[in-house]
Amino acid sequence: MLRNALGKAFRFLGYTVQYGCIAHCAFEYLGGIVVCSGPSMEPTIQNSDIVFSESLSRHFYCIRKGDIVIVKSPNDPKSNICKRVIGLEGDKVCTSNPSDFLKSHSYVPKGHVWLEGDNLRNSTDSRCYGPVPYGLIRGRICLKLWPLNDFGFLRASPNGHRFLDD
Amino acid sequence: MAQAQGLGRRYIKAFFKGFFVAVPVTVTFLDRVACVARVEGASMQVFLEISFVYQEIKRCLFTDNSKPSLNPGGREASDVVLLNHWSIRNYDVQRGDIVSLVSPRNPEQKIIKRVIALEGDIIKTIGYKKKYVKVPHGHIWVEGDHHGHSFDSNAFGPVSLGLLHARATHILWPPQRWQKLQPMLPPERKPLHREQE
Repeated sequence: MLRNALGKAFRFLGYTVQYGCIAHCAFEYLGGIVVCSGPSMEPTIQNSDIVFSESLSRHFYCIRKGDIVIVKSPNDPKSNICKRVIGLEGDKVCTSNPSDFLKSHSYVPKGHVWLEGDNLRNSTDSRCYGPVPYGLIRGRICLKLWPLNDFGFLRASPNGHRFLDD
Repeated sequence: MAQAQGLGRRYIKAFFKGFFVAVPVTVTFLDRVACVARVEGASMQVFLEISFVYQEIKRCLFTDNSKPSLNPGGREASDVVLLNHWSIRNYDVQRGDIVSLVSPRNPEQKIIKRVIALEGDIIKTIGYKKKYVKVPHGHIWVEGDHHGHSFDSNAFGPVSLGLLHARATHILWPPQRWQKLQPMLPPERKPLHREQE
């Protein structure tokens, strides 16, 4: 009786470990579903939208300018932030606010990216904490899943003027 | 005939079943629990030496250039260390720990350094653009033990805790250097002011 129960418990544990490992591999190397919160990416991503993020671009180092990425927060490693890549390493970015009279520019250092939210007025991003190391990027958002009336690929940035060409 | 077919099918089934169990479990173990790595370079020389080949060579090429706490033998004899991912799952590191992190300058490379200061500490820098630095929230200050030849926080500033990869806990090879690595902060590198104890 006891041996049966013990056998069942071990088998259950074994299956849990196995499926947990498969889930880890899927999230780490393929992609996962993410629920976004906050107003900083409006109108592209609203509060409580569900999106799908893929991890292949980060492992193969092909994140491009204009991609929306999920990044570990530089000031709090346990939380994630969702922003758009405005500049890759070596790109020129505008570090001043749109309302400033004198514009200041700088170049994104090697191994870093410059992130900005689409809702420029209500977003703490690289304009606040500086360029973010590439190693903190967790995944690239490729598809919006919910709400259904907005299903599909994500729109391009509404702030085209923030992308400076060299 | 039918028996041979049955055996073949059973074999294939068993193979795939084993494959789908073994591969995810091994990969998860190496990512989340512990792995082994070879240390290259002279930045932690004397302490770590390299000689063992890491399984995922593409992702884990360590380069250090610093004083001899790892790698006293130089290029001929490199240390092999055990990297413990599990102990830093909550990002709690101590001053003096030897940790591996993703290089802020080159995300394809991992570097292995010693933690000198935690968030809130004020330290005196060696060759950094500012003489005194207060480590910002969520960041740490890392240095190689060999100050002259080290690409560390004195070059790129405080690093975000999110870049932390693992803590080096033991030296595994060569056998005469088997030891548990203790967190040891060089006395001249103690922070001037500690925010947390």
